[in-house]
Amino acid sequence: MDLEYGPQYDDFRAEVISFIKENENTKISGPPRSESRIAWQQKLIDNGYFARSIPKEYGGYGGDMDIIKLRIIAEEFAKSPIPKPAAGQGIQMLVPTLLSLGTEEQKQAYIKPTLRGEILWCQGYSEPNSGSDLASLQTKAELDGDEWVINGQKIWTSTAHLSQMCFILVRTEPDAPKHQGISYLLMPMDAEGIDRRPIKQMTGDSDFNELFLTDVRIPAENIVGARGEGWKVANATLGHERGSLADPNVTQNRLNSLIDLMKNETIDGQRIIDKPIFRDRLLSIQGRLMAQQSNALRILSSQINKEQDANLAKSIVKLQGTELRHELEGLAIDAMGEIGTLYEDSPHLRDNGVWQMTYMYYLGLIIGGGTNQIQKNIISERALGMPKEPKIQGA
Amino acid sequence: MYFGLSEEQKSLEENINRFLADNAPLDTIKAVANGEESKADAVHQGILDLGLSGLVIPEEYGGLELNMLFATVVAAALGSGTAPVPYTGSYVMAPLAINLAGSDDQKNQWLPKIAGGECVIGVGLSEYVGAREDAGIEFSNGKLSGRSLFLIDGKNADAYLLANKSGELFLIEASSPGIEVIELTTVDKTRTSIELILKDVNADLLSGSSDKSIIEKVLDAGRIMLAADTVGAAQVMLDKSVAYSLERKQFGRLIGSFQAVKHMCAEMAAELEPCHSMIWHAAHCFDNVPEEARLMACQTKAHISEVGQQVSKTATEVHGGMGFTDELGLHYWFKRIGLNKQLLGSPELIREEAGKLQGFDQ
Repeated sequence: MDLEYGPQYDDFRAEVISFIKENENTKISGPPRSESRIAWQQKLIDNGYFARSIPKEYGGYGGDMDIIKLRIIAEEFAKSPIPKPAAGQGIQMLVPTLLSLGTEEQKQAYIKPTLRGEILWCQGYSEPNSGSDLASLQTKAELDGDEWVINGQKIWTSTAHLSQMCFILVRTEPDAPKHQGISYLLMPMDAEGIDRRPIKQMTGDSDFNELFLTDVRIPAENIVGARGEGWKVANATLGHERGSLADPNVTQNRLNSLIDLMKNETIDGQRIIDKPIFRDRLLSIQGRLMAQQSNALRILSSQINKEQDANLAKSIVKLQGTELRHELEGLAIDAMGEIGTLYEDSPHLRDNGVWQMTYMYYLGLIIGGGTNQIQKNIISERALGMPKEPKIQGA
Repeated sequence: MYFGLSEEQKSLEENINRFLADNAPLDTIKAVANGEESKADAVHQGILDLGLSGLVIPEEYGGLELNMLFATVVAAALGSGTAPVPYTGSYVMAPLAINLAGSDDQKNQWLPKIAGGECVIGVGLSEYVGAREDAGIEFSNGKLSGRSLFLIDGKNADAYLLANKSGELFLIEASSPGIEVIELTTVDKTRTSIELILKDVNADLLSGSSDKSIIEKVLDAGRIMLAADTVGAAQVMLDKSVAYSLERKQFGRLIGSFQAVKHMCAEMAAELEPCHSMIWHAAHCFDNVPEEARLMACQTKAHISEVGQQVSKTATEVHGGMGFTDELGLHYWFKRIGLNKQLLGSPELIREEAGKLQGFDQ
């Protein structure tokens, strides 16, 4: 057991700290893709604080894949108000996919502008009739000369209204078994025949869209992997999404805010934190979070020490993390009582309504990214070795 | 950076598991539970032969001087085997207390004997954590009087380590006049529990223990051990559940192919898997990160007690009617987890402490 990163990293940490000090007051403004955002993103890349291990030729920093250095960068950035590197499905899912499975032309064309924040991506996976059973998707693409012609409908497409590109799963081999009939295409969002309609959520926001695709034509070379291999290509990146949905270090920040809230809010003049049942619920959530933080240390260690097996530890992060976060936000609402139900711009509103908003948002994340029931199937089948449900004929 | 067990720790774990599989199979556990105590003696001797009584004792007193992580490996292995032997009280809490707070004479008198497997020490800290039945002990003029309940490893012990309400620790020899021992019967027949009634019993104060940090440290260690014991026991219950679901058929299918059963197992795994890491982390903090150690020990005991209870209930359900039988014997793990949960403070009681530790009262 050794939780130290080692003195060889002291210099590196000092460099990161001094970069942060010099740039702490950087202001970035404007909509996504604004000049100041792109300039900041490029500065982070140039200094190795973003896209660190991505080769220079594709617009990355070209550094070594040192997990501890990445960790130090994340730790120091988290402590400071400095603008954080951009995230999103293009950076988290498409870039790793192209790096391992894309053609040289695709890497050259898309990785650098995606890292710089010039191209934003959305993900065209789910369909109205293909949610948990994603591989049953029916949106089809047919080759017509040197173009794919896409027809169908996608749903739950985050940030489609802001994106320039979409990585989309379509059925190209209608006669093949369902998992072998899918291809992974790269679709420009300014192509003709794309109709986007925002979906208003329970939170009141509209982060998602429906996409209606009618005779959308894109170049034939915009395919990643071979025809019919789209399911494999997509699965290479689903893991990237799941790991990022419920970081216990972020939950720790929320717990700290919850403790402050419970020290400040009162009922009949008594602090909530002094009420034994509320306090016990708070401490119980803290105990569960500490277990998840220990689990995260084990996962980190397995990335550094390749011989360590942490498959089960990894497979539970999304399930446990989203449930805990939803419960944590819910405790804040209970602590505030009627005040906890206030929303939007109401008088007496606390913290801009973030507790209600996040409480609902995390219910969305319990469902999104593979529902937590699907997560339990994955844990029982892949980690515990239990059998799949018998298939219903024709499904 | 490496977070996990070392090769040496893993091989210790394997050695204990192998020893228990060979020498304390379920039939032996059942015999002990039904009153054949001599069968437990043989298992105890084997544990002593492995050097486990001296694990945390410094080398100069004949021990192995290993850290808390090693001790959790032992506790988890004993929990997984529902081993009918003393450990947490006699071989972790007592030597730790004597080493931290005893005089040189006290250390010389007791530590080599514990390490050498020549003495068992029962540990009674219940009244410090939270007195039931108005129990408690008073010290005056070198003598102890009063009552102490739920001693850990106390049956047939050679000496007792007891705490008064202010956290001072005392050693008394079992042969001293004025001691009445009353056996308590808990649901867990794999370990013993006793009550002591004391009338003017000669007692030896551990002089360093007037500093409250000593008893806190001893409690932290005990709580981490009990949590590790629970994790070991709960992991066996989960493993048995998965194995049973892959044998048992109903409606023409393995029951492990039903989502209802799969989800029960997935939920157990999702709760339990982080608990292994939590134990390692708590042990690491105990040895190396004093400012985090207390909170970590409290929350580890509280959280794992609740996970253990949930796993032991769900695992029993997965086994259906068989889970309820003595024949299958799953209840030995269930009951062991149940006793661990209450010893040295139930989750609610410990969380009260955790709240105070963080200054929630201010």
